[in-house]
Amino acid sequence: MNSAHSPMDGAGAAMDATRARLSDVRLQARLWLAQRLAAAVLALCVLVHLVTIIYAVRQGLSAAEILGRTRGNLAGFGFYLIFVAAVSIHAPIGLRAVLSEWFSWRCKSLDWALLAFALLLALVGTRAAWGVFR
Amino acid sequence: MSKLRVSVWRGAEAGEYRSYEVPRQESQTVLDVVTFIQRYLDPTLAYRFACRVGMCGSCAMSVNGVARWTCRTHVTRVIKGDALEIAPLRNLPVIKDLVADMSGFFDKWAKAKGQFRSKRSRQDDFAVVSPATPERKHADAAIECIGCGVCYSACDVVACNPEYLGPAALNRAWTLVNDVRDSANPERLRAVAGDAGCNACHTHVSCSELCPKQIAPTASIAGLKRAVSLALLKGQL
Repeated sequence: MNSAHSPMDGAGAAMDATRARLSDVRLQARLWLAQRLAAAVLALCVLVHLVTIIYAVRQGLSAAEILGRTRGNLAGFGFYLIFVAAVSIHAPIGLRAVLSEWFSWRCKSLDWALLAFALLLALVGTRAAWGVFR
Repeated sequence: MSKLRVSVWRGAEAGEYRSYEVPRQESQTVLDVVTFIQRYLDPTLAYRFACRVGMCGSCAMSVNGVARWTCRTHVTRVIKGDALEIAPLRNLPVIKDLVADMSGFFDKWAKAKGQFRSKRSRQDDFAVVSPATPERKHADAAIECIGCGVCYSACDVVACNPEYLGPAALNRAWTLVNDVRDSANPERLRAVAGDAGCNACHTHVSCSELCPKQIAPTASIAGLKRAVSLALLKGQL
């Protein structure tokens, strides 16, 4: 039996392609915006982090003294959770552009790979923050 | 009379630099050099020019690795010792010698919805657009582009991602995003967002640095990024 193709099949395929393109455009715009917002958060977080390091070094604090200040410090823990979240959003999106431009990696697998990278960053970052909090 | 040692790209995508000796003259432009070679040394040399006074943009080439209008570039400004290297514009296919194929470049203007689509009919009166409005100022700052391709040739993002629309097409889209008489704007923003659109720009600023019309496509692209983000937040994308 012959499979008959109506003109509507072509129109449906074109509509699907347009929908897919639009969803891709929205995804790109969301990723760009998320990366810029994360960059704004990072600018502040990096500054606070650097000032904290410089303070600790200049005051000659030992590891035990630093841990004495970070353990149970909810504000510090919350701050580093925000820092980790911003890094986990910012870095994979930037890396996505690098990988797609340098290696022409532009299929769906790139998004999955970078989602895994984002989760890894979030995991190790949270673990580090938890390590000095508990 | 002193001589210039000029290396000129000969061939198409595959080819080689060939050397010529050209007499050095006062107030000599790079286009003068190319014309001398074609008229007196090698009539098979292909190159493109029209107005010779910086109005048409057709004589753009890569001179010592930098894209320029050859008619407005004095040899003294770009010479290294007594040597010049002249090649076709980067990021475009080569047709022959110094002639680049501009069709892909202009196709991207169409992809970026670079055509004006009026809200009015021929029965309506002329639209009055005040020069003092921010939209008009943005459009005015970017409108003088003549499509020479210098910015496109200078763009490293085009070199990495051949699908990228490029500075000139995006600059054109920005003028129309700011044109209050135009009716294609949400659609146009969709056309310039995405992996090949404004968000792919790395802000290297090479386009703005080299634009012979002193336009800043980087600023236009930044404007498009803001407009796309705003449209996304408003649910118009």
